[in-house]
Amino acid sequence: MLRYLLHKLALIIPTVFGISLAAFAFVRLLPGDPITALAGERGVSPERYAELVERFGYNRPYVVQYLEYIGRVLTGDFGISLATKRPVLGEFQALFPATLELATIALIIAVLIGIPAGIFAAVKRGSWFDQATMGVALTGYSMPIFWWGLLLIIFFSGYLGWTPVSGRIGLQYFFKPTTGFMLIDSLISGKSGAFRSAASHLVLPAIVLATIPLAVIARQTRSAMLEVLGEDYVRTARAKGLAPRRVIGLHAFRNALIPVVTTIGLQVGTLMAGAILTETIFSWPGIGKWMIDAIAKRDYVVVQSGLLIIALIVMAVNLIVDVLYAVINPRIRVQ
Amino acid sequence: MTDQTTAEATAASIPTGGRQRAFTEFWHYYSMNTGAVIGLVVFTALVLVAIFAPLVAPHSPDEQFRDALLAPPAWQEGGRSTFLLGTDAVGRDMLSRLIFGARFSLFIGLVVVVFSLTSGIVLGVLAGYFRGWVDTLIMRVMDVILAFPSLLLALVLVAILGPGLFNAMLAIALVLQPHFARLTRAAVMAEKNREYVISAKVAGASHLRLMVKTILPNCMAPLIVQATLSFSNAILEAAALGFLGVGAQPPTPEWGTMLATAREFILRAPWVVTFPGLAILITVLAINLIGDGLRDAFDPKLKRS
Repeated sequence: MLRYLLHKLALIIPTVFGISLAAFAFVRLLPGDPITALAGERGVSPERYAELVERFGYNRPYVVQYLEYIGRVLTGDFGISLATKRPVLGEFQALFPATLELATIALIIAVLIGIPAGIFAAVKRGSWFDQATMGVALTGYSMPIFWWGLLLIIFFSGYLGWTPVSGRIGLQYFFKPTTGFMLIDSLISGKSGAFRSAASHLVLPAIVLATIPLAVIARQTRSAMLEVLGEDYVRTARAKGLAPRRVIGLHAFRNALIPVVTTIGLQVGTLMAGAILTETIFSWPGIGKWMIDAIAKRDYVVVQSGLLIIALIVMAVNLIVDVLYAVINPRIRVQ
Repeated sequence: MTDQTTAEATAASIPTGGRQRAFTEFWHYYSMNTGAVIGLVVFTALVLVAIFAPLVAPHSPDEQFRDALLAPPAWQEGGRSTFLLGTDAVGRDMLSRLIFGARFSLFIGLVVVVFSLTSGIVLGVLAGYFRGWVDTLIMRVMDVILAFPSLLLALVLVAILGPGLFNAMLAIALVLQPHFARLTRAAVMAEKNREYVISAKVAGASHLRLMVKTILPNCMAPLIVQATLSFSNAILEAAALGFLGVGAQPPTPEWGTMLATAREFILRAPWVVTFPGLAILITVLAINLIGDGLRDAFDPKLKRS
């Protein structure tokens, strides 16, 4: 197992190097330059411009700039945002819990509905339930989620008036973030109605973000179950007279789970991409919106480090999925 | 001379009759899937509408009817029969804009698939055929592309290239391309050591011939399915970029861009938001139904059951 882990880690190193190089290069390729962006509308005098270029080191060779950047990143310094003048890492840490909370709830919704739906669809293959579920799943998979979000706002916020349109919690509630998760913080705060407010802010964005992963998980669970249900050992278990619930739950599902776990892990990238759209529609103060704003404002430092951090998170999750995969499926380890 | 014939015989050159029979068999399996047939019908209809847009559309997509700003759909109170799906904030006919919008979405899908499919196949064949450092280099670059969330990467690329429909298509093609490279590489590696390839090699076929004429035709099935999925993905991503304001620019009647400009009217005039999104959903759903049908028809494992 340790050898497997080390092998996986060794494979990742060139990719991490590539990611950092790509993030660095992208920002150098962006039109305009950081000093002008920093100066804003007022502009800078040529002398001040030269001084700033010198101070930030933008006049040095790219190789030197890149190595310096990596050196600073390794010590935890991701640079200072041009727009807010605050450390990028600090901004990220402040905003990431919002995205993490949204993505976690979305993934829980997707797993809790997607897996049972997929199992029942496979067990009742060809039934109306199967056809309806798969029809809905394919529709969810084909959904432009930014439009889906707007529809939900029209219906639940506009027509029914049940949910707020944007933000994480009502403005009347204010407390210091302890965990960064609004659902937990609002409970800790002890203010009546705070949790309710946080939950009603979260529900629509979470549904929107859950849509595509839910569809993918339901489809994948169904096909994995169908494959397993056709195996000889399942037939044997049935022939032995085991209760269908036991055959499906214990014998079939455990093996069908292997590809499903991989699928769930692979949704992290989808969730990050979805967060950009979801956070834009619901003005959710997370890292998706942060990146969009940074790109729009040409905040080079944030774009570069944000890309790097996000890609590293996606990679780390993929690594964890690989390892989990090896834990549940011993055959992988031996190779 | 003998070299030539051996290579020819192994180059998977099925006689015309066989090819026809293969298609009949394929169609048999495909047509058993009701959803896939519906998807194909809807898609064909969309293609026809897009091609004949000027004939089908009741109005010009850019003509502004100043006396009918935000007119509701015909069946609602205050709706007019000339504007079946209502008008937008500057009085343009929604239906006509949607019809012309079909041209953009289908064009985007087509261009992106052609770009990403060709580059992905070239890279995948090179990596799978030569292995070694060529393989390592190509696949690590693909890993890097895949490590970034697709929409984020597309956004950054569009920021570099400048906003606009063409640049958005380029960015999306680049983001979708690794899937083709990976698939092609895996298929090529699986086929490479099969006997028909070895015999063609022994017969003296060149690298290029082995790659393009011998191996590649036998890797097509998964690529066709992936191409279908990428077609719908490209439409979704392009609409998302349009929605975020960096794809097609107004007044282009691209569906995502239409949604972006309609956002401020969502509570006052829900139809300007509803219909463009519905158009995207129907198109993408139709293509995904086709994709599912193709996958099932190609997959011999599912055929048995």
